[in-house]
This record gives sequence, structure tokens and C-alpha cells, in this order.
Amino acid sequence: MSISVQHISKSYKDVKALNNISFEVNEGELFGLIGPDGAGKTTLFRILTTLLIAEKGSATVAGFDVLDDYKSIRNHVGYMPGRFSLYQDLTVEENLNFFATIFGTTVEENYDLIKDIYVQIEPFKKRRAGKLSGGMKQKLALCCALIHKPKVLFLDEPTTGVDPVSRKEFWEMLKRLQQKGITILVSTPYMDEAALCDRIALIQGGEILQIDTPPEIVKHYPKKLYNVGADNMYKLIETLKGYEHQYSVYPFGEFVHYTDNRSDFNSKELKLYLETMNLSNISIEITKPTIEDTFMELARL
Amino acid sequence: MKRFIGFIKKEFYHIFRDRRSLFILFGMPIAQILLFGFAITNEINNVDIAILDNSKDATTQEIINRISSSKYFSVQQYLERGADIESAFKKGKIKAVLNFEKDFSQKLIKEGSATVQIITDATDPNTANTISNYTSAILQKYQQELNKSITVAYQIVPQTRMVYNPELKSVFMFVPGVMTIILMLVSAMMTSISIAKEKELGTMEILLVSPLKPFLVIIGKVVPYIFLSVVNAVIIIVLSISIFKMPVQGSLFLLGAESVLFIITSLALGILISTVAATQQTAMMISLMGLMLPVILLSGFIFPISSMPVPLQLISNIIPAKWFIIILKAIMLKGVGITYIWKETLILLGMTIFFIGVSTKKYKIRLE
Repeated sequence: MSISVQHISKSYKDVKALNNISFEVNEGELFGLIGPDGAGKTTLFRILTTLLIAEKGSATVAGFDVLDDYKSIRNHVGYMPGRFSLYQDLTVEENLNFFATIFGTTVEENYDLIKDIYVQIEPFKKRRAGKLSGGMKQKLALCCALIHKPKVLFLDEPTTGVDPVSRKEFWEMLKRLQQKGITILVSTPYMDEAALCDRIALIQGGEILQIDTPPEIVKHYPKKLYNVGADNMYKLIETLKGYEHQYSVYPFGEFVHYTDNRSDFNSKELKLYLETMNLSNISIEITKPTIEDTFMELARL
Repeated sequence: MKRFIGFIKKEFYHIFRDRRSLFILFGMPIAQILLFGFAITNEINNVDIAILDNSKDATTQEIINRISSSKYFSVQQYLERGADIESAFKKGKIKAVLNFEKDFSQKLIKEGSATVQIITDATDPNTANTISNYTSAILQKYQQELNKSITVAYQIVPQTRMVYNPELKSVFMFVPGVMTIILMLVSAMMTSISIAKEKELGTMEILLVSPLKPFLVIIGKVVPYIFLSVVNAVIIIVLSISIFKMPVQGSLFLLGAESVLFIITSLALGILISTVAATQQTAMMISLMGLMLPVILLSGFIFPISSMPVPLQLISNIIPAKWFIIILKAIMLKGVGITYIWKETLILLGMTIFFIGVSTKKYKIRLE
């Protein structure tokens, strides 16, 4: 077991950030914490990286207790905080060398681990970190977090504020790192990234809603889901919400994800209703639920 | 050790890349020394005065001659009537008026006494006081000369000698003060800001989740500033010796050692400030308000401690700058050795240990 979290709770004054959280991450697993802002993801990361102390519960990382053995943990984990936290007035190269030095290693020693990532930012190695683009910053931060060959890697929202292409690249890098035997705990508010994890925990309001592999999580979706499209998106949502048999209505890209509260739902009936409400170009098709749908469904309860 | 050196290297990168701070760091001591040395002074020179001579005889003429020939005063105006005194002052240029009474000479000879009134502009009380003292001294000297032929039965003759600063140069008083302020400011403010910066930018978070011991982080922050402060101290001493002819009577080595001690005291204070300040702005405000003001007002740098009210005198004891100024003056002006200032040195040392102790205790190995 690489990470084990048992009944962790943590509050800030009156706000309960984490409420009795438990889960385990296997060695070499890419584990995702999926949840909106304020769900408690960062707090959990800080507890696991020994930066905060939980009020209740216990946790171990790489076999070390987060409280008693915090020094050992600090030797064996790589941590990339949600906010860009490198030295902006140091160049790419100097940042990397600095973090290698304070972890008692050199860039050359573990170069094979970061090579794939570093070659992409190497042309800019004389540039100050503060002058890099968002995607470059994330790559550099990842290099710095990896330079000492950590057993466990903590990435707190690494792709927030990064363009879609860089995001995709970033996840490919994580997959490659995973193959090198590094356990990765990553958090993200983007549901589409969740499908790339081995297992995910859906978290909201400091509580875990569900933990499973992405396909299993989707399988548990209890209802038939329909893609509903029409010319006027806004009116479509309003109209569907006013429909007496509606169970849930969420906008999803160019469609609306719709579920009905009857078991014998007939799409023709709904189409007729929408037409009487002056909507045109109506399409209703059954569709596969995504993690986002599952999350919304779980968050309703 | 390699980790530690790597950390210090990084600190120097920060310092040398921040051109503005670097300029302040080394420009400030030079500007302050020159400012205090040339512009701000307690000495009076060529003060403009006016004379209202109601008797216009040989004696008053002689006194006026003596006053105007001294380097302290220059007679700018002769007034005709008493009513003119007010308007002369109001114009602002005249700082003092000598008002001789009628028949000055006659009265002096016949009655044995005559009056001259010294009126000074006391909007600046220090200057007014000095002017009146200087004029009285000139009058007294003249009187002694007049009485030379007469033997007085009993006479007390005060013989004044100003030791350690015979010319009463105020720069001798300012140099130790300015040096104290600068060392305090550079050491305490710069370290506290640089530690707060790591917190503010989130890099402290990463440093904490690394094998680098928090204690080493602090030491690594302090070492570059010890170096810079020593450079600053040398600049100040060299400037004051070469430009203002400030003497260093005592041993330069002792002066250096005591300066390093005070630098460490200030750095310890800076660390203490950084344990409570979360942002660079807070660190700067605390340093300026909490250190600069007491150092300027309560250390005896500008206002003598002995003339303060008792509560303030007591407070001045907990200000490290006070003790350092005493030490500096003793070494530079009196030329004493450690045997005369061991008590002050010990107090500074004790304060340093106390500050380091408190900040180690308050220093957080986690985020909260």
C-alpha cells in the first residue's frame, strides 16, 4: 500500500474541510481525486505531504506515518502545489539544479526520469521561470518534483489554467511516469481527465462520494441518459426543467443530458412536448453516462 | 553541507537579481551618512542677528565687534526702535536680537552694572538655547577682560574642556547612530522580507516538503545578509573616517567583532519578525514601525536617554540599538577596550540568544 488514509477529518475554524475520509492507493497506481473547488482536495494533499496535521484519523505515505515519520516522508515524496511555486527570478536550469541539490542529488543522476519532459523545456533553460508560459511552468514544476526520484508523487490540480494541448501532453507524461513505478495521487476539477486515472475518488464538501475505476463508476449510473438537442439551448433547458416527469437536466456541450423519472420513458412523448413549447430541430438520443454525470447524480443525493 | 551551499547560492541569486533592493541596500548607507554628516547638525555657524543699540557708546561698540567677529554670528541689521524687534523676527531671517539699554557705558562705570537683553527666536528651541549660551559666553569673556586690573577677593574660575570630541562635531554623534540604524535595517528588514517572500510565493511549501531541515533554511537565509551587512559596516566606517575625520581610537578588530555581534542580534530579530509575518508587506511594516522608530527615538541616537521620562528610559533598555551605540561611541571616541564594555556586550549577546530561542520555538515545521 502506497498511501493509506484512515478516517481523516480537518476543520478550519467553523468550516469542515474534510469529514472522515478513508481510502487507499496501491503501489504504482495513478489515483485521481475528482471534485470541484473547495471540496477539500488541497487540504488532503497538505495533510499527506505533512504540511498540515489532521484533527482525527491517521495516514501513511510510502509506509511512513504522516505525523511520527514526517521527516522520512519529506525524503520520499515529490509535491507540486496547486499554485506555481518555483523561484520566478531563477532560470529553468537554476531551479532544477537547486531542487536537485536540496534533495541531495544531481540532475544528471536522475536525468532519465525527467528526460521526456525536460527536453521540451530545455530550449528555454536560460529563461527565468517567471517568464515561462503556463504549460511550460507546469512541466518545469513537474521536473523539479521528480528530480529526486520520489516514490510517491502528489500533484495538486496540475492542469488548472493550462491549455488543452498541454493538458493532454501532461497526462501522457503521467502515464509514462506511472510505468516507471511511481505512485501518483493527482487532483483535478476536470471530469474528462478523471477517465485517464486507474481509480478515482469523487469528493465533494469534504466527503468522498465514491471510489472506483472510471468504467465501474460510470456503470453504477442508475438511469437511462438522453442527449437532447434543439435550436435554442437556453429555452430548451428551461422547458425541460418545467417538464413534469424530468429527473435531472444538465447542459453538456452542445446537448442537454436528460433523465426521466419514469421507467417506461418514451422519447416521442418528450419530443411532442418540446414541439408544443415552440422548440425546433429537436433530437433525442440515448447516450452513455460520463463521470461528470455520475458525479452530478451522486452530488444530488 | 552541499545542500546548504546550494541554498546559499540561490539566496545570492535572489539578492543580485533584485537590482532595486540592491541599490537601496548599498545606496542607503552612503546617502544617510552624507545627509547626517553634512546637513543635519546641532552646531551653529553664521547665525544672522540684529542689534538694537540704545546707547551707541564705546563699550557697546566693542561688544558688537566681538560678537560679529566670532564665526558663530553675523550682524545683519541695526534696529532703531524697540518696536522693530517684532517685525525683524517675523521676517524669519534674524534668529536673535541684542538689546543694549540706554547709557550702557555710563551705567557700567558708575553703578557697576549694565543690562543687555538677548532675545532669541525659540521656534527652534535647541538653536535658541545654543545662541543664548554662545552670546553669554562672549559677554562674560569681555567682562573678565574689563576686570583684569581689579582684584576680586573671591573668584570661581570654571575651566571647561571637552574631551573625546573637543570640537563638538555632531558627526561624531551621528556616525554611530547611522551605522546602528543601517545595520539594523539591512539585517532585520531584509531577512524578514526574504523569509516572508518564500511564504508568500508558496516556495516555502515546497521547501518544507523536502529533506532540507527548516533550521538550515533559516541559517541559509541569514548567512548572505551577514556578509552584506559587514560590507555595509565597512563602507560606513571608511566613509566616516575619510570624509568626516571620525576617529577610531580603539581597536578596529574589537569594533568589527562588536559589529558582527550586533548584526547577528538584528538578524535574529528579523527571523523573529518573519515567524509572525505572512507577507513581505507585513514584514516590512513590522520592521519599519517596530524597529526603525524605537531605534531613532529611544536609542539615545538623537535624544539623550538621560533627559527622557523614567518609563521611556526603562523601555530604552530593551532596545538593542541603545547598547550598540554605547559600545560604538566607547570604541570609536574613547578608545576603550573590552574591559570597559563587557557589560553592554553581554547584554547584546543575551538578547541575541533570547531572540534566536524564541524564533526557534515559534518556527513552524508545517504550514500552520
